[in-house]
Amino acid sequence: MACNSTGCESGCYDREKDNGSKIVEDAVVTQESVCVKCKCNEPMTFGDGGSEDGRFCAECFRNNVFGKFRLAVTSHAMITPSDNVLVAFSGGSSSRVALQFVHELQIKALKNYEASRDRSLPVFGVGVAFVDETAAFPALSTEMIDAIEWIRSTVSSLSPPAKGLHVVPIESVFGSDSLDPRDRLVKLLDSVPDDTGKEDLLLHLKMLSLQKVASENGYNRLVVGSCTSRIASHVLTATVKGRGYSLSADIQHVDARWKVPIVLPLRDCVRQEITRLCLLDGLKTVELACRSQSGINDLVSSFVALLQEENPSRECTIVRTAAKLTPFYFNKIPETDDSNVPMATQRRLKRFNLKYDGSMTTEAFCPICNGPQNRSDSSELDYFEEGQESDALYAACCSSCRFQILPQDGSSREQFGSFLPDHMISQVKHQKVNSQAYLREKIKDCLLLDDEEVV
Amino acid sequence: MESKSKKAGATRLCCLCILRRPVLKRPKTLQQICRECFYEVFEEEIHQVIVQNRLFKSGERVAIGASGGKDSTVLAYVLSELNRRHNYGLDLFLLSIDEGITGYRDDSLETVKRNEVQYGLPLQIVSYKDLYGWTMDDIVKMIGLKNNCTFCGVFRRQALDRGAALLKVDKLVTGHNADDIAETVLLNILRGDIARLSRCTSITTGEDGPIPRCKPFKYTYEKEIVMYAYFKKLDYFSTECIYSPNAYRGFVREFIKDLERLRPRAILDIIKSGEDFRIATTTKMPEQGTCERCGYISSQKWCKACVLLEGLNRGLPKMGIGRPRGVNGDHKKDTKKPGPAVKSIESKQCGSLDFQNFGN
Repeated sequence: MACNSTGCESGCYDREKDNGSKIVEDAVVTQESVCVKCKCNEPMTFGDGGSEDGRFCAECFRNNVFGKFRLAVTSHAMITPSDNVLVAFSGGSSSRVALQFVHELQIKALKNYEASRDRSLPVFGVGVAFVDETAAFPALSTEMIDAIEWIRSTVSSLSPPAKGLHVVPIESVFGSDSLDPRDRLVKLLDSVPDDTGKEDLLLHLKMLSLQKVASENGYNRLVVGSCTSRIASHVLTATVKGRGYSLSADIQHVDARWKVPIVLPLRDCVRQEITRLCLLDGLKTVELACRSQSGINDLVSSFVALLQEENPSRECTIVRTAAKLTPFYFNKIPETDDSNVPMATQRRLKRFNLKYDGSMTTEAFCPICNGPQNRSDSSELDYFEEGQESDALYAACCSSCRFQILPQDGSSREQFGSFLPDHMISQVKHQKVNSQAYLREKIKDCLLLDDEEVV
Repeated sequence: MESKSKKAGATRLCCLCILRRPVLKRPKTLQQICRECFYEVFEEEIHQVIVQNRLFKSGERVAIGASGGKDSTVLAYVLSELNRRHNYGLDLFLLSIDEGITGYRDDSLETVKRNEVQYGLPLQIVSYKDLYGWTMDDIVKMIGLKNNCTFCGVFRRQALDRGAALLKVDKLVTGHNADDIAETVLLNILRGDIARLSRCTSITTGEDGPIPRCKPFKYTYEKEIVMYAYFKKLDYFSTECIYSPNAYRGFVREFIKDLERLRPRAILDIIKSGEDFRIATTTKMPEQGTCERCGYISSQKWCKACVLLEGLNRGLPKMGIGRPRGVNGDHKKDTKKPGPAVKSIESKQCGSLDFQNFGN
């Protein structure tokens, strides 16, 4: 309000309200001694200075958060009975909650299975993956060993049903036949001049390693615990890095660009809820020092924290705005061989149009960040020259990766390309073939000669 | 380019001409260049923006929104220079808005009057007092410092259109620079305004309205504009509006300044993101109609300026501020016209306003 409601002289709106409502507005809100939802239990106070403190009882609060998780899972067909789900676990609060909730879903499914007569709906499988980044942060090796021990005990406590734990060293992205993967990783990261670029490249490699362990171990879903708050930061970092086109691909509930589709069941929960839930349920977490950010990512995190202070619902508004951007065709569960999927599930997926047709691959993807690229952007399609791997890499990358990840001069770039995991390089070759085919497709009806006859 | 700068760095010569001593580091690219090369790249880049985006046609009458601040002063200077140099064939005018802010606007108007003489461009001044019956000083006295920028922005937009009509120009140019547009992109994300988000990066807007406006400085950094004005010793008024400190934009401005320090090209990257956002073009364009009260272009029954004015005149300063609470619907209850006692300008129909007797 521009004017102070008390003692206002300017004859503005507030005066017109009757005294009754004015008093209610001015009076200090008396402590509600009942939960505003169920109206029977005593409300919880977390005393963390956050919003909505002291309004819900423990049960209603918990149900609310779990409810959002479950709604996301069912409405986007994230986990169905025949699935084998890998939960990416960093030790942080969001992934801890994701793991806990997935575990509870699994327990419920198991109960139903054991209770049902015909045992028609199998129980989905759950595994846990932790990416060990010691190779990138050698100074943290002892901390990492302790963390892994703690993770092992945490995961084993979450049974039955038992869950496999996969500790994935990040250098595994280079494949088992790479000579000295740790050294190669260090060389790769050192050749990136920009701090933010280095950090982002590491994130891309992390995802690649998760994909690798998931597909090699028969998982068909990767659960990532990204919450609303993290996504809000991502919206802003993507914007300031010129990645506005691909932004909508990263922030949906489902991201099926990858071999093993990624699902975000906690996308609609804010960090405050997650932190409070961990407190409430005694869920322990571990904060690794390598989690800290630098450069642009750090600047954005501080900015979002500042905005949150000014208005606690700002994160939600940011994500809501970004959610209005048009998603991509791959932001749905992909169409696959349905033979293992129970009939009921198949019917539901078809009815709600929750699957996409995988043959519609019209986007070019950046080999490093896997971001879909604006066709009109890739104007260097004719840049290709035989044997010029580094130039092909430059041409295939999005403008953001070109600037912040690729080294600026040709020879460093070539060396950089040699350090990249084979999977990323094969993307480049794949795209080279694709773009010619793509162009041909567009002008096919006007071509008079066959390809071989054209000079 | 790489080897050039390496050599230049070693012998301390301008990156571009490799002739003169560098006197500045270019904010956009951090290149170390001499004054003359700076003028050249600065002016040439703007010329390229004008040409590639086809901003003008030969023979057009163009009004430059002139506040007396650095953006509009540099714009007036550069545009008249490029107009001469490249034969754009434009008829240029200065259009200034007097919001009635004592100690700020009266000083900056003096600057614009000097610009009129210095650049030889005819000047037209339009005031809020004449147009709406309220000065910003009056408005702030009534509503305080929280939403005053909303009033000023809305009134200014219409005032510029009215002034442009007075001058009978074909186009309006404003000095919005890259920093402004980047701020607006971020602001619209923070505020949830997807419709504005889709429009705010357009270099030309309002082609289907009373008067199209364009922003030749869309890719020009604020810091470079300041640098240009500084080196060329251009006459401009450099104080920030006295009513602006509480604007929400301030948050974003600080953030962008920090961002620029880390990565100068981030400002252009934000604009690029804004241009590339996948926003369905079909759904959210507001329907264009005219205001029932004054005939100005509007997507609602009454244009925003009329809504705000009505609020001011009725002592309801929150009217038209914040989320729509059926404000326009409220007018259905208020069928009686403003009483005969209210003989001020703002209640008259637009068509009946006698423009001939206004201003100087």
